[in-house]
Amino acid sequence: MAEVLIKIKDGIKDYVTDEVVTKVLRGVSFEIRAGEFLAITGPSGSGKSTLMHVIGFLDRLTEGIYEFEGKNVAEFSDDELASLRNKKVGFVFQTFNLLPKTSVLENVKLPLVYAGISAKEMDEKAKEAIKAVGLFHRLNYLSNQLSGGEKQRVAIARALVNQPAVIFADEPTGNLDSKSGTQIMEILEKLNDEGKTVILVTHEQDTADHAKRIIRIRDGQIIGDSIVDHRRSVKDGELRK
Amino acid sequence: MFGMIIGISSVIIIMSIGASAQGLILNQIKSVGSDLVGVLPGASSEDGPPASVMGITVTTLKYEDALALAKKENVPHAVAVASYVKGTATISWQNRSIDTNISGTSASYIDVEDADVEFGRFFSTDEEKSISRVAVVGSQVASDLFDGADPIGEIIKIKRESFKVIGVMEERGSVAFQNEDDQIFIPLKTAQKLLLGINHLGFVRVKVDDSKNLDQTVEDIKVTLRNQHRIDNPTDDDFTVQNVQQALDVLTQVTDALKFFLASIAAIALLVGGIGIMNIMLVSVNERIREIGLRKAVGAKRSSIIRQFLIETIIVSLGGGLIGILLGALVAGLVALVANYLGYDWDFIITISSILLASGVSILIGLTFGLYPAQKAAKLDPIEALRYE
Repeated sequence: MAEVLIKIKDGIKDYVTDEVVTKVLRGVSFEIRAGEFLAITGPSGSGKSTLMHVIGFLDRLTEGIYEFEGKNVAEFSDDELASLRNKKVGFVFQTFNLLPKTSVLENVKLPLVYAGISAKEMDEKAKEAIKAVGLFHRLNYLSNQLSGGEKQRVAIARALVNQPAVIFADEPTGNLDSKSGTQIMEILEKLNDEGKTVILVTHEQDTADHAKRIIRIRDGQIIGDSIVDHRRSVKDGELRK
Repeated sequence: MFGMIIGISSVIIIMSIGASAQGLILNQIKSVGSDLVGVLPGASSEDGPPASVMGITVTTLKYEDALALAKKENVPHAVAVASYVKGTATISWQNRSIDTNISGTSASYIDVEDADVEFGRFFSTDEEKSISRVAVVGSQVASDLFDGADPIGEIIKIKRESFKVIGVMEERGSVAFQNEDDQIFIPLKTAQKLLLGINHLGFVRVKVDDSKNLDQTVEDIKVTLRNQHRIDNPTDDDFTVQNVQQALDVLTQVTDALKFFLASIAAIALLVGGIGIMNIMLVSVNERIREIGLRKAVGAKRSSIIRQFLIETIIVSLGGGLIGILLGALVAGLVALVANYLGYDWDFIITISSILLASGVSILIGLTFGLYPAQKAAKLDPIEALRYE
């Protein structure tokens, strides 16, 4: 079995606003191994996004232990977390978050700007990532000239460009029509087949069904953690229709 | 950026016009001649001007004083001494008349002032002493009054007294802000007795053989005049001796103070420009919250965000600064053009130091006023920033 990449033990996250404490994560524990395709699902407000932010170094646990590649993340400084976000993870957001009026190439290059590599290397890596999502013919298009599906593919290329260990996708199909959504999920599946760890956050069962493992979360607690038998879940999907 | 352009261009315009105006003023004084020593009636307080320049009539300076100053044994370095009384009068020729300035002066006027007659001759020492009714007209008076006719030998009337025109001066332009061509010269005694009815002098000018003897000559003049006026104690002096250099020093102080005053106004303009830039950058931070969040999500450190915003502010302010420098130079050039058209001897001066100052200030403003928005941007929480609508 592959090595453990991410390990969270008794993770608790509280938000304090105006003296009111909101408990978002109430003691979650799980492990993710390298190469997994995991979906975190749950209704809105369940804490799934917060969990993704914590795993993706965008936020810190209030209590509990988070180990990434065997190292305690709590001991990292803010700058070290920024560096981890740059080199170890890539994000794909529901709203794409591309730089407006900026070319596809420049958008994909953005993480490389903070990686401290040469301009030539930046160009090569960015073009390679754009090829991987099949958008090479749109290289110099501006982000606002693209369709939703194309925008999300640019976002995936941007997430890929630093060859991270983990790709996070937060509701990646939420703003797309079903055809584009399916294309995006196919790209993520392909990346997982090539060995990337993919962590998907979604409240849509259809989207979650593309994953190989599903963690269900509700009110800040894990209520289910199952390996998906692909043939059966596809059948379930047909039954639901 | 607009505020920046206005701020920087005002600095350039003010510094340029200030330098040009100072140059104009100092050149006017220098055009009197740097080898001249002026003697004015009345005492002067420390560095201040004597009362006579303020228009108060002081009668302590006499023709005999000028004669004493002209003696070699009293003032050895003096090459020429001219006495002056000034007034204004209406002069007429045939049925034409004009108002002009009357200068009663010595025959040595043309030596002291390096002036020359274009036609005819200047009056002689004999004429100077004998109350003769001769006049030499300035070039502008010649053209205004005689309307193209040859003035030499014509009879003109000054305050009902008749004078014979014996010469026309060469054009001299403006000296110490006085139009030397709009003048009519008559012998000193004639002016005193016939026209003004006075016995004192307006002022005396002494030309020195070499400018290195200026200080010595000033001392010699003081000693001579104290003897003439029987003064033992220098604090009782009833005259003022000044060389042109001293006048230049005083004027430089005054014009420097003016320049400083103008520069502080320009500094306020720059401050306003800087605050304008800060507002632009704060708006920019607000408009780009999602971008900042995204940059943080893909690995930008706080310092990278600060650097990005500071560089952007500096580019905006430096760009504004450059446009401001060009605009300022353009306006200062236009002012010079207009001033020259109006007949002033106005030089167009843009100093390297003013350009360096303006660029330096614009970068500094970029840094100072960019820091707050940049820090605000860097402090944003990436999650909040990404969700920002």
